[in-house]
Parts: sequence; structure tokens; C-alpha cells
Amino acid sequence: MSMVPTLLSVEGLTKSYGGVHAVRGVSFELRAGEILALIGPNGAGKSTCFDMLNGQNTPDSGRIRVMGQETTGKKPRVVWRMGVGRTFQITATFPTMTVRENVQVALVSHRQQLFNLWRSTTNFAREEAGRLLDLVGMGAYAERPCGELAYGDLKRLELAIALANQPKLLLMDEPTAGMAPRERIELMRLTAQIAREQSLGVLFTEHDMDVVFEHADRILVLNRGTLIAEGSPEEVRGNAQVRAIYLGEGLVYDARHREGAHA
Amino acid sequence: MAFYIVQFLTGLASAASLFLVASGLSIIFGVTRIVNFAHGAFYMLGAYVAFTLTERLSGALGFWGGIVAAALIVAAIGVLVEMVLLRRIYHAPELFQLLATFGLTLMVEDLVVLIWGPDDLLGRRAPGFKGAVDFFGQNVPSYDLFLIVLGPVVLGILWLLFQRTRWGVLVRAATQDRDMVAALGVNQKWLFTSVFALGVFLAALGGALQIPRDAVNHAMDLRVIVEVFVVVVIGGLGSIIGAFVAAVLVSELNAFGILIFPKISIILVFLVMAVVLIVRPWGLFGKPEAPARRTPGLTVNPWRPLTTNERFAALAALVVAAALPLFAGNYALTVGSEIAIFVIFAVSLHFLMSVGGLASFGHAAYFGLGAYGIAFLAKMAGLPMIVSLLLGPLLGLLGAAVFGFFAVQLSGVYFAMLTLAFAQIVWSIAFQWVSVTGGDNGILGVWPEKWAAGPSHFYWLSLGIAALAVVILRIIVFSPFGYALRATRDSPLRSESIGINAKRIQWTAFVIAGTTAGVAGALFAYLKGSVFPDNMGIPLSVDALVMVLLGGVETVSGAVIGAIVYKALNIWLVSQTEWSKLVLGGFVVLIVVAFPKGIVGTLESMMNRRGNSTPAKPAILTSRIETAE
Repeated sequence: MSMVPTLLSVEGLTKSYGGVHAVRGVSFELRAGEILALIGPNGAGKSTCFDMLNGQNTPDSGRIRVMGQETTGKKPRVVWRMGVGRTFQITATFPTMTVRENVQVALVSHRQQLFNLWRSTTNFAREEAGRLLDLVGMGAYAERPCGELAYGDLKRLELAIALANQPKLLLMDEPTAGMAPRERIELMRLTAQIAREQSLGVLFTEHDMDVVFEHADRILVLNRGTLIAEGSPEEVRGNAQVRAIYLGEGLVYDARHREGAHA
Repeated sequence: MAFYIVQFLTGLASAASLFLVASGLSIIFGVTRIVNFAHGAFYMLGAYVAFTLTERLSGALGFWGGIVAAALIVAAIGVLVEMVLLRRIYHAPELFQLLATFGLTLMVEDLVVLIWGPDDLLGRRAPGFKGAVDFFGQNVPSYDLFLIVLGPVVLGILWLLFQRTRWGVLVRAATQDRDMVAALGVNQKWLFTSVFALGVFLAALGGALQIPRDAVNHAMDLRVIVEVFVVVVIGGLGSIIGAFVAAVLVSELNAFGILIFPKISIILVFLVMAVVLIVRPWGLFGKPEAPARRTPGLTVNPWRPLTTNERFAALAALVVAAALPLFAGNYALTVGSEIAIFVIFAVSLHFLMSVGGLASFGHAAYFGLGAYGIAFLAKMAGLPMIVSLLLGPLLGLLGAAVFGFFAVQLSGVYFAMLTLAFAQIVWSIAFQWVSVTGGDNGILGVWPEKWAAGPSHFYWLSLGIAALAVVILRIIVFSPFGYALRATRDSPLRSESIGINAKRIQWTAFVIAGTTAGVAGALFAYLKGSVFPDNMGIPLSVDALVMVLLGGVETVSGAVIGAIVYKALNIWLVSQTEWSKLVLGGFVVLIVVAFPKGIVGTLESMMNRRGNSTPAKPAILTSRIETAE
């Protein structure tokens, strides 16, 4: 395990809003090929944490390093260029473009061609865009207007966009929120497969405990801004403190009956 | 010393009216999210109605009764406008709201002339405030002192209204979250109507109170709306305190600016606005607006380059247009040249608006700068025409680079207001800096060289450059840059998180659009043989907006058709009626309400409907766009 390089290292991440500590002294590491889940009840500070990791938000103190490089306080677009892709809880795509064009824009940016005024984009990195779409199972939809897609397909498209710059680290904010049960399993299986094949690190937040315990290699539990537990799914399941917090939240061994009940 | 104090007091007195109008605009925006462009028109109506009530019908209500009655009457007109027009467009994109209320402004300008005539009207002085107060040997009109007191009093009344009444609580709640207030069972319709009535009342009162100080005239609406936009940009939209502080600031800058830069006093206001925008982009007391978020699942037909057949059709159309000199007379060719020039102007704005999602309300500034660039070069440097044509538009480029840098820091309504204010500043410089620009007399004798002087030659030149501009802009639309620009428009969040520096992309687009407009302006200078401040006036900016809208803002090159139809219609209309603004304004309102997709957009969706059997999808402009609060 020690041979696998550390992708992401977070030390003492802290953020407060007017006296309220949203995130307090959070530290953890993420290794290549690892799928790490960040869970916690509503208001635990998951989103704040996430936004600081890709530069959407600036921490009050603490350090974030991606592959040894400092990314603390850098803008999202800079963090992206350092190899960090991100998907959002509510998908953010380009609704007036086709599915393929959505990926092509990301490739244009990756290849530093944003200020190219002359050549046609129609054939710009067409094969690579197609490959990325095939990877997420969207190849058949390449020419469809993005605005027409079903929500689950939008999530998969977003994943393809996030993979366009061959990131080392993928941040996924509630990747399966708003999806049908079967779609959730498919998307996470796909993510896990991509992570293995490309030895990506994946950090995701999720409310669906089935998804978390099925797919995460390791779990971080956040409560009131601090990490209260960290470990393998089995260790976290057995943690008394975690169970206390989640009492009534449905962190039970077999949570299948709760499927689809999450907002 | 006393002189400076008096100057200071004059500034404070001017601030009172400005504050009334700006606070009205801010209150309306806070609740309805509409930037009421017609606010200046209501201000002007307030002044005219007050003039009639105090002058023509004096005695009936007395002076003060007349002032208040005037504001109430105009507020009633405002209620009518809100119920008939605005209720239809609350969910339309902000561009359409701005345009509809601007259409109203145009209509009111002509209506005012129809009713009260074109001449300036001098109102009577306010009873009890006719004299002046001696202030260390300087005279201060006592009416100014009254206004200085009035401003803070109105601020206090508004504060009480919003803090201490049930209605005020509802208004504040709606300002924070409209949907929640509606969900709580508040009748939103009447809340909106009453808020609009209050805002219009304040504007009309501001206008009515001006009549003892200033002549009433039919251009006062645009003058005040530009100042008000500057005030709310500095103070922050939606903040009444911000409106007060910024009104005082702007008025004082005007009062003292005249002492420092007598010729171009407006520069000082511009500099302060620029500094505020850099330090606090949402104004001193404003809050950042959450970016408008498009609903997932929204359908728009993706743009495609022309097919081979369509390319041939476009080429055929160009060939037909080029054959015009074979059968048309000189007048038709001059009209043709003008239309070609406006095609260039319209496509330049269309590029910024449709591709970049940046609706500039002051695009004429760069058209005018291109025209003045030509005039300076032709008159002073005496360069050959070809060289001038290449260098002249650089002035448009320079202006777009400077103003665009600030404008792209903002988006949506702030962007629109700022571009409008910039255009007005450029216009003021052209108007006031007589030694360089000739002021109102313009610069005459800018004629093309012999090879381009004949009507058919000049027509071919304009047509050729127009075709070139359309083709180049289309190439850019489908270039990687064009996609990046559309990405920043579609989703700022996503584009930032795939490494796109949105502001730099938008700035570049602004410069491209400004330079292209400069090319149009340069040709226009040669066509007319002269340049005037009107070449960068607000009406010209609005012409461009209407052309884009008429063609279809969702299309790639709809502005070409929009420009041809609109310009031909306009030239014909001006020859037919004296009240072209009235007709034009009505036309704008009609397009926005009934025909929001424009000519090309409507044709496209008809073809699509025929092409595939799926039911028509809601267009982005007619369907509701949710805003993330």
C-alpha cells in the first residue's frame, strides 16, 4: 500500500461562516486507484469541504495538495489544470450543445485551444470525444442535443466531461442523487471500473448508504465540521459514534428498503 | 471656500431627485427582478403632468397638491403598464424585459411631444421657496435647501414603510425569496403591482419636483436613466441606502467635476464607477446576484454550420444583392449601402448577445468610435482611404478593450446598464469636447476616394465587407473560441471547472464585436460624409438590439435578416410618419410579447417541426428559466 502514491493530501482544513465552524481541522489522504466516500448528516460540512477541494471556496486555514502540488486557494480552473475533475450535485453541462460538443469543449480547453478563432470545432478531437462518450456508455447519444437528455444520462455526460483532461483525481458531489435505483448502481460500477483502469482517485459524497457501502474502499464520516471516523466500510459500520449520529438516518446493514427515498 | 460649500449644496439638491428615481428603480428590481428601463419615461411624465397641473390648471390643487397629484396620476399609469405588459414578461429573460420597457420609453418620448409639443416648458417656482438664501455672500436657492432636506426625509419614510408595515415586511421577504413568499399564500400579483406603483410614484415625484429647477423637455428621460443606472451600479441594485449614498456621490462628482474638467466632467463619474466595480462588482451596498441557472432538460436546437446547399443559397443571395446596381437607381443604392453597413453592425452585436449571452445596451459606442476614427484620420492625417478603413476601426477596438474589460466583470442586467452608461459617456465626450470632435456640429467632409465614391462602387464595397464580416463571425462561432464563449454563456460553473477563464473569453468577444461595429461605423462615416455624436447615441444602440431580436437571438446569423428588414422598414417609416419612435416602440413591445423568437428563429422552428414529427419543444426564450436563489 505504501508504494501507491498519495494523490490528495488535506491537512487541517478549516472554514467558518460568521462564527459557525462549517469545517474544522479536517485532514485525510487519498491514494491513486482508491474510492473514498465522504459522508455525514445534512449540514455536516460535506459540500463546504468539497467546494474547497476544487477551489470553489477558499479555506480559512489548512492545506490541500494534489500530487504534492499546493492547490489551496487556487481557482477551480487552475485546480482543473492540475488534474482534478469534478461533477456537481445538480449537473452542470452546456444545454445548447450536442452531447459530443459538450465533451469537445472540455477537450478544447485541455489542449489549450480556447483562443483558436479559425479552425472548425466539428472535427476537433472527434475520436477522443467519441471514446470518452463510449467509456461512459453515451456513444449512441453523441449527436443528441444535451438539453434533451434524461437526468441519469446528464450525470454520465458530466462524468465524460470531467474525464476529458485525464484527471488524476475525480471529485463527485452526490453522483447518484436524483437517479433511479438501477442507474445508481450502473453509474457507480462504471466509476469504480474507470478508477481501477486509469488508477484514478475518486472522492465522492453520497446520501445513499447502499451506494457508499457497496462502492467505497474507505469512508470518512463528517459531523458538525469535524471528522469523527475514518476507515473501511466494516470499521465505519461498527463505529458506535457513527451509529449514534445516524440513528434514525438509516445507516443500517441492510438499507435496501430505503431505496429511492432520498432527496 | 464659500463657493465650494455652495457647490456642495447644489450637488446635494440634485441628489434628491436622483435618489427618488434610483430608489424607485431599486425597489422595483428587488421584488420583480425587472430593471425598468421606462423609469426615466415615468420621471419625465411626472414632470410634464406636474407642469400641466401647476401651470395650466393652477389653483385647483395648488402647487404642492399638483406635484403630489402628478406623481399619483403617473403611478396609476404605471399600474396599468404593469398589469397589461409586465405581467406577461415576468418570466421572460431579462433582455426581453429591458427591451420591452425600452420600447415603452420610445413611445412615451413621442407621446409627450404629441401632447405637450416639442418646446422646453418652464415651470413656476415653488410657493414659499422662490427666493435665495445668502450664504457667505453666495446665493443658494431656498428651493435647493428644501430638496436637501427632502432626500433624507423620503429615505426615512421608506425605511419606516419597509420596517414597520406588514406590506413592507412582505416586500422585504419577496426581495429575498419570491417563490417562498408565493408559497406562503401571499397574492403575488398585487404585491408586484403595488411595488411597481410605489417605484413609479417615486420616479414621477422626482420628475415633478424638478420643474422649479429645470426646464421640462422630451429628452430628460434618457439623461436621467443613464445617471440612475450609474447610481444603482455604484450603490447596488435593490438597496435603498445604496441608492441614497450613490446619488449623493454622483451628484457631488458632477458638481465638482465641472470645476476640474469643465469640458468632460462626466469622466470623473466614470472613474469612480470603474473603481467601485473593481473593488465591489455588485455596488457599495448590493449583494452578488446568483447567476441565472438554466433548467436541466431544456431543449434548444444545437447550432450547425451551413450545409452545402445552404451555402449555395447564401452565395446566390449575395450574387443577387451584388447585381442591384444593374437595375437600381442611386437612391436605392445608397439605401442598399446603408443596409449593408447595418448588417455589419447588427451581426457584431448578435455575436456578443447570442454567442456570448452578453446583451450590450451601448453597442453604438463602438460604431461611433469607428466613425470618429475615420473622421480624425481623414481630416488630420490625410491618409489614403484604404489605410483609414483599416486603422479607423481601431478606435472602436480600443474603446471596446477599455470598456469591455470593466463590463465583463458583470453579467445580466448590470452588464446591460454598464454598457449603456459607457455609451452615454462616449457620447458625452463627443458632444462636449468641441475642440476635438466639433461637438454637436460633428466633423464634416469625410468623403471616400474616387474609386469608391460612385453609389454603385460604394455599394459593392459595403456589400463585400458585410459579406466578409458575416462569414468571419460565423467561422468564429464554430471555432474552438466560439464554443468556449457559448460554454461561458450556457454554464459559468461548468466552464470554470473545465479550465475556461470566462472573463478573458468574454473580453475577447467584446473586443471582436466592438471592432466589427467599428468597421460598420467607419463605412457609415464615408457613406454620410460626416460624423455626429448621434452616431453613438442610445437610439442607435437600441436599433441594433431590435435588429438582433427581430432576426432571432437564438439563431446563428438571424441578425442579417433582422437588419435588412428593420432598416428597410425604418427608412420607409421615417419617410411616412413623424412619429417613428411611437411606432418603433410599439413594434419593439409587440415583438417581445408576441414574437420573441424573431423571423429566422420562427422559420427555423417551423422547419424543424416539419422535419421531425416530435411535438414542438419549448424554446429557451419562451419557457421559464429558473433562477437559483
